Amino acid sequence: MDSFGSDFSAGGAGGKMDTGTIMEQVKVQIAVANAQELLQRMTDKCFKKCIGKPGSTLDNSEQKCIAMCMDRYMDAWNTVSRTYNSRLQKERARM
Amino acid sequence: MAMDGKTASADPQLQQFIEIESQKQKFQQLVHQMTEVCWEKCMDKPGPKLDSRTDVCFVNCVERFIDTSQFILNRLEQTQRSRGSFSDSMTD
Repeated sequence: MDSFGSDFSAGGAGGKMDTGTIMEQVKVQIAVANAQELLQRMTDKCFKKCIGKPGSTLDNSEQKCIAMCMDRYMDAWNTVSRTYNSRLQKERARM
Repeated sequence: MAMDGKTASADPQLQQFIEIESQKQKFQQLVHQMTEVCWEKCMDKPGPKLDSRTDVCFVNCVERFIDTSQFILNRLEQTQRSRGSFSDSMTD
């Protein structure tokens, strides 16, 4: 992954990286991992929904379906996240 | 993660950061998982909007998924306890 070459330069001239730098890099890596996870699951689900019989190209209606599916998957993700979060909040209040 | 006193040399700020990020990551991971499971249960053909019926289905799906997980955990705990063999290790 050439685009993450900053791994090598950000720490300064050899030796220990400071805590702030490490935390920044960890945050970036977590964000990348989460984006990859979402991308993978979304691709999986929308392929299943939209590609009945794989043809010689990704035709127009399939593209439209995939675009809609992506938006709905994000909606679903957000609803799940919101619901889970409020559930955690409720349970924490009960303790 | 090691909880013995030997890790005390680690930067406490970093330790706290890792703890918080781990929590956040656990949350995110479960959201990914539940979105996938509930997508299968609730989503018919993706339309131009997420209609309210589907949205309610997702909300219920998440709540019941968590209920199921807690129910299973409780029941396993109970059966272990009544069986006695591992009861000591199961109590907290």
